[in-house]
Amino acid sequence: MTGRDLLGIEGLDRTDLERILETAERMQEVGRRDVKKVPTLRGRTLINLFFEASTRTRTSFEIAGKRLSADVVNFTPSSSSLTKAESILDTAMTLDAMDPDAVIVRHKVAGVPKRIADALAAPVINAGDGAHEHPTQALLDCFTVKQEKGRFDGLTVTIIGDITHSRVARSNLYAFTKLGAEVRLAAPPTMLPTGIESLGAKAYTSLREALEGADVVMVLRIQQERLDGQPRRRDRARSRRPPPERDPRPGAQRRRGADGRPVSVRGALGEARGMRASGARSARQASEGDRARVGVVEEVRGEERDG
Amino acid sequence: MASGRIWIRGGRVLDPSTGRDEVADLLVEDGKIAAVGAGLAASGGEVLEAAGAWVVPGFIDLHVHLREPGQEYKEDIASGGRAAVAGGFSAVVCMANTQPANDDPSVTEYILDRARQESPARVYPVGAATRGLAGEVMTEMVALVDAGCVALSDDGKTIMDSGVMRRVFEYSQLARVAIITHAEDRTLVREGVVNEGPVSTRLGLPGNPSIAEVIHVARDLMLAELAGAHLHVAHVSTAGAVDLIRRARERGVHVTAEVTPHHLALTDEATLGYDTNTKMAPPLRSETDMRACRAGLADGTLDAIATDHAPHAVHEKDVEFTAAPPGVIGLETAVPVTLDLVRANELAPLEWVRRLSTNPARIIHRAGGSLAVGAAADIALVDPERRWIYDPAKGFSKSRNSPWAGREMIGCAIATLVGGVLVWDVERGVLLP
Ligand SMILES: [Zn+2]
Repeated sequence: MTGRDLLGIEGLDRTDLERILETAERMQEVGRRDVKKVPTLRGRTLINLFFEASTRTRTSFEIAGKRLSADVVNFTPSSSSLTKAESILDTAMTLDAMDPDAVIVRHKVAGVPKRIADALAAPVINAGDGAHEHPTQALLDCFTVKQEKGRFDGLTVTIIGDITHSRVARSNLYAFTKLGAEVRLAAPPTMLPTGIESLGAKAYTSLREALEGADVVMVLRIQQERLDGQPRRRDRARSRRPPPERDPRPGAQRRRGADGRPVSVRGALGEARGMRASGARSARQASEGDRARVGVVEEVRGEERDG
Repeated sequence: MASGRIWIRGGRVLDPSTGRDEVADLLVEDGKIAAVGAGLAASGGEVLEAAGAWVVPGFIDLHVHLREPGQEYKEDIASGGRAAVAGGFSAVVCMANTQPANDDPSVTEYILDRARQESPARVYPVGAATRGLAGEVMTEMVALVDAGCVALSDDGKTIMDSGVMRRVFEYSQLARVAIITHAEDRTLVREGVVNEGPVSTRLGLPGNPSIAEVIHVARDLMLAELAGAHLHVAHVSTAGAVDLIRRARERGVHVTAEVTPHHLALTDEATLGYDTNTKMAPPLRSETDMRACRAGLADGTLDAIATDHAPHAVHEKDVEFTAAPPGVIGLETAVPVTLDLVRANELAPLEWVRRLSTNPARIIHRAGGSLAVGAAADIALVDPERRWIYDPAKGFSKSRNSPWAGREMIGCAIATLVGGVLVWDVERGVLLP
């Protein structure tokens, strides 16, 4: 954690993560009340700065802020700055003039939240930057797993898909590893970034092996525009799949090829598609996301009070 | 440049051209070195007390971007020349990617004309190898060299067409100059902005793999060998390229090579904070690559230290990492940054000086790199111990894109002479023009 910022899971330790998850659990109780609000952040201003559109994540932060009684401002960058190179100092100065208590940043390029945090007095929460990190999404996934499993120690979490381009994979890798789980990444070699095992996960090109004994399975979206010349058949097979960005799979049981033979990666990815979460679970996760983000917002604000 | 007498007294004279390494006095007269020896009796003229300093041939930077004509908001010949002498460089070799590109003798003449008027350092232009740096049609190389170009290169616009590159090497023998290549296979670099490896994976930024350099160096070595031409590999950054160059030289290929201070001193870990002033082309590499570059410099595989001084304006660097132009300024920090190899006992002082002066002069076939009697008095005085904080805003370059902003530096050029004229004095600043 850079000061009071939440730029990624990489810089957190286990106690940070556990504290945030506990806050999320407390807020779950608030969510059941008639008045779904606590006065923690009354009079404080949160700015949602989304350079990359994501109604779901932005709304989730809005709800989180409102549950903590904060004023939430959606600051939409001009359309030109969404396509052109953005002056980071200009952005930071504009925000500073609004005197926010925290700024939530999402950008398609890795590192932009960090650079804004470097230039800004207020704490910054990274709501997803390029293929770098998406810490609040990982906290949501951890929260979901904790609800289902009650623990992290000894769990095996398998993440399947385009790891190279996935910020969710990186943040989850850090989060689950720090919390005591074993993380496996499964993808064709072209979708496994160089040196990924140095981050603490084990990489697999065999989905069968990656799923062997897994307690939790996540399937990442594969974006067509990122395939960069990879085989068209695989491309087509994936393009038919529904587009959820992420999908934690609590409760997945031991997976094996039905006939005991190694399952091809393509076939296994197809198989994973069949294990997709129901709409009901997705909806429940969305509201859990609000709680996880409440935990984050309160965490950042708490740090501010201490610092 | 006419000048009177200057006595440089009591310094450690380091002259790679003669192997001299001793405390001695040095007399400069009429723009030339008139005498070198212990206990010369000073009579008349200016005296520079050099006790504690190293007296060395003025440094020659084989790789700078002066941005004039066309991008004077980043740098120009006057500001780049001042930055050079403040860094101990009496001469700089400027790349052809100006606007318009230096692909025509008229541009070369313009640069040299501006340099005569504005630059305290000597300026040696590099001509483009292909028209408009487009990698298709060769320039009139002989005419460019006749106009004053000391080498030919498309630098960052790497010539990907091997057939064109072969003809460039073959034709270059008429011009009798080196072909300098920025060795990066663009089909492997693709969108890459940081060294491909654990760091690019942590950052979530597209990787530029070291193989992109290695494969291109291999190609250029083969083509240069086939043509019997002189290949000079710019800014070597990978262990693989160092190895290929070493082996090619062993079998007699006419290859020389340079390495930058940043590739000798920094690794890709410097990029972990997303500072765009750590974005270079080629990118900062792994620890293994950096060590190989240092070893290659020490054993002579890499002949020269060259800064790849690449000024960019603040507004150009203050953007998303992927959108920022690559490159850093380096003229004013090369001495302290590379003295680290001397302090680490990886490079003897005389060898350090050789790689900053004598070898670069040999590669471009120009005088310099020597303190022998009769040589032009291009001289630098280096205080290897002096500590100072580098603030690019107070430097002479128009740009500030340095990875060393705010860092403590050990060592600096305290005086620089060009043609016997004192053009830089650390106490008085740049003196001419
Ligand atoms: Zn270059």
